[in-house]
Amino acid sequence: MISTKELEHIARLARLNFTEKELEKFSRDLNEIISFVQKLEKVDTRDVPETSQVTGLQNVSRKDEVVIFGSEDALLECAPHEIENHSIKIPKIM
Amino acid sequence: MEITTKTLAELSRLFREGKLSSREITEAFLAEIAKKEKKIHAFVTVTDDLAREMADAADARRKNKTLLSPLDGMPIALKDVVCTKGIKTTASSNILKNFIPPYDGEVWRRLLDAGVVLIGKTNTDEFTMGSSTETSAFGVTHNPHDLTRSPGGSSGGSAAAVAANFCAGAIGTDTGGSIRQPAHFCGVTGLKVSYGRVSRWGTMPMASSLDTIGPLAKTPEDCAMILQVIAGRDVHDSTTTDAPVPDYIGELEKSVSGMTIGIPKEYFIEGIDPDVLETMNSMKAVLEDLGATIKEVSLPHTEYGVPVYYIIAPSEISANMARYDGLRFGEGLQGKTIEEIYGASRHEGLGDEVKRRILIGTYVLSAGYYDAYYRKAQKVRTLIKQDFDNVFEHVDALLTPPSPTPAFKIGSKSSPLQMYLEDIFTIPGNLAGICGVVVPAGESKKEKLPIGVQIFGPAFKEENILCIAHHLYQAIQT
Repeated sequence: MISTKELEHIARLARLNFTEKELEKFSRDLNEIISFVQKLEKVDTRDVPETSQVTGLQNVSRKDEVVIFGSEDALLECAPHEIENHSIKIPKIM
Repeated sequence: MEITTKTLAELSRLFREGKLSSREITEAFLAEIAKKEKKIHAFVTVTDDLAREMADAADARRKNKTLLSPLDGMPIALKDVVCTKGIKTTASSNILKNFIPPYDGEVWRRLLDAGVVLIGKTNTDEFTMGSSTETSAFGVTHNPHDLTRSPGGSSGGSAAAVAANFCAGAIGTDTGGSIRQPAHFCGVTGLKVSYGRVSRWGTMPMASSLDTIGPLAKTPEDCAMILQVIAGRDVHDSTTTDAPVPDYIGELEKSVSGMTIGIPKEYFIEGIDPDVLETMNSMKAVLEDLGATIKEVSLPHTEYGVPVYYIIAPSEISANMARYDGLRFGEGLQGKTIEEIYGASRHEGLGDEVKRRILIGTYVLSAGYYDAYYRKAQKVRTLIKQDFDNVFEHVDALLTPPSPTPAFKIGSKSSPLQMYLEDIFTIPGNLAGICGVVVPAGESKKEKLPIGVQIFGPAFKEENILCIAHHLYQAIQT
C-alpha cells in the first residue's frame, strides 16, 4: 500500500502538483495498479538477464562532427518566455 | 465514380493512369470529412488548404512525368504525435495545444519526399496513453461503425479516419497495441512494425523501448505500400537497424501453402467474446484451405505481459514526460520560482492518465523499489521475448485474437486497470519487439461490429505477415 506521504514524495519528484482530492484519487488508482503488477513476484527469474532493448544493437556511433541544425530561431520561437541573448529567460534555479 | 471507398492501391493506380487527379481525390475526401467529421471527430487539425496545394503539386508532377513514388498524390492522415514543420502538433495534450514544430519527423519527411498529400493530424489518447482515444484533451473520437462506441486507441483518430473514408491511408503509433486494437475496432488493417524498422526521430515518444510507428489503411496491400516508404535505417534514430528493406508489395502474392502457423493456447482466456472466437476459427479454416499447416503452440508467460508493460512503460513515460516543464515549449505559465512554473505547467497541461502513468513510473523507479519492480519486470520481459523466439523456431507466424471483445461503448471502462487489460493480446508483441498485423476478418452477429484477427511474425519479417494478411483479406472479399 502506498501511503499518502509516499505519494506526496513521488509527486514532488515528478514535479506534479496535486490537490488533496486529486491525491486521494491517484492514491486509489496507484494502489490498484501496484497490486496488479505484484503478480510478477511469482515468476522465477533467477539467472534471467534483463531486457532493456530488443534490437541487440550496441555502440551505434557516428563521426564526432558538428552538424549545424540551422533553425535556432525557430526553436526559440517555441518558447513561451522572454528571450535574451539567444536564451530563454527563466527564474533562478539555485 | 465513387472515390473515397477505394483502396490506396486503387487510387494510386487511377491517379497514375490519369483517370483521377490528386485534386479530385483530395476534394472527395475533404467532402466526406465535411459531411461526417463533426460526429466522428477523427482529427485535431484538418489541413484542407494545404492538402489542396499539395494535391495540385502532385498533379503537376504527374503532368511532367516526375512522380516521386507510388504514394504520390495520395491523401494521408498523420497521428498528431508526428512532428510536421509549421503545422500544429499537439499529442492531443493541452501542454502542446499551440506547439508548432520547427522540423519534420522522419516518418513524415519520407512521406513528403514520396509526394503524399497531408489531409490532417489525427486525434489520439493524450501522448498516446490509452486504448480508447478517450483521454484526448480535445474530445473523444467516435467509431464510424457505431458512434456510441470507441474506435479504440491510442491511434483511434487514424483508424476512424481510414474507416470513415476520410483518407487513403494513415500513420499511427503502437506501443502496447495502439495501431492493432483500433484497426480491429474500426474494421481496417493496422501494422505494428518490428522495433527498429521505422525511425522514431521527430515523433513524440511515450515509451522509448516499446514505441513503433506504422500504417493503417483499408487493406494489407495498402499498408505494404506505406511501409515501403517509411521503413529503413535512419542515422538520427540509433535504434533503427541495418536490416534490409524487402519489396513488401512483391512479397504479398507469394504462397501461404507450406507455411506453418501457430495458435498460442494462452490467448484463449475466459471472457473472450464468442464472435471474436468464431472469427478466429473461420480464419484458421481459411489458412488451412490455402495450404498452411496450423499448430497449437504455447507462450507460457503470456499472462505476465500486461503487468510487465505497466511497470516498464510508465517508467519510460516518467522519463520522457520530464521535458514538458513549461520552459522550452508550452503555454507560458509564469511563477516566482522554477518549481512554480513546473508545477503549474504540468498540473494545467497534463491530463489524468498521463499524470497517473508518470506517478507509477516515478514510484517503481524510485530508491527501494527499483529492484522489486523495474528490474523484475525487465527480467520477465526477457522470458516473454524468449517464448516468442522459441516458438518461431517451429512456426512462421502466429494467429491470435487482437483483443477480447469488439469495440466497447465510450465511457464503459470503470477503472484504469480495466482499460489496461484491453491490450492483453497486443502487448506481448511490443515487449518482444516483433511485428504484428491486424486484418479485418468478420463482424459481431448482433451489432455488426468489425472483428479482426492478429498475425504475429518474427522481427523484420513484415513481408510474411503482410502476405498472410493479404491472402486472408482476399479470401474474405470473395
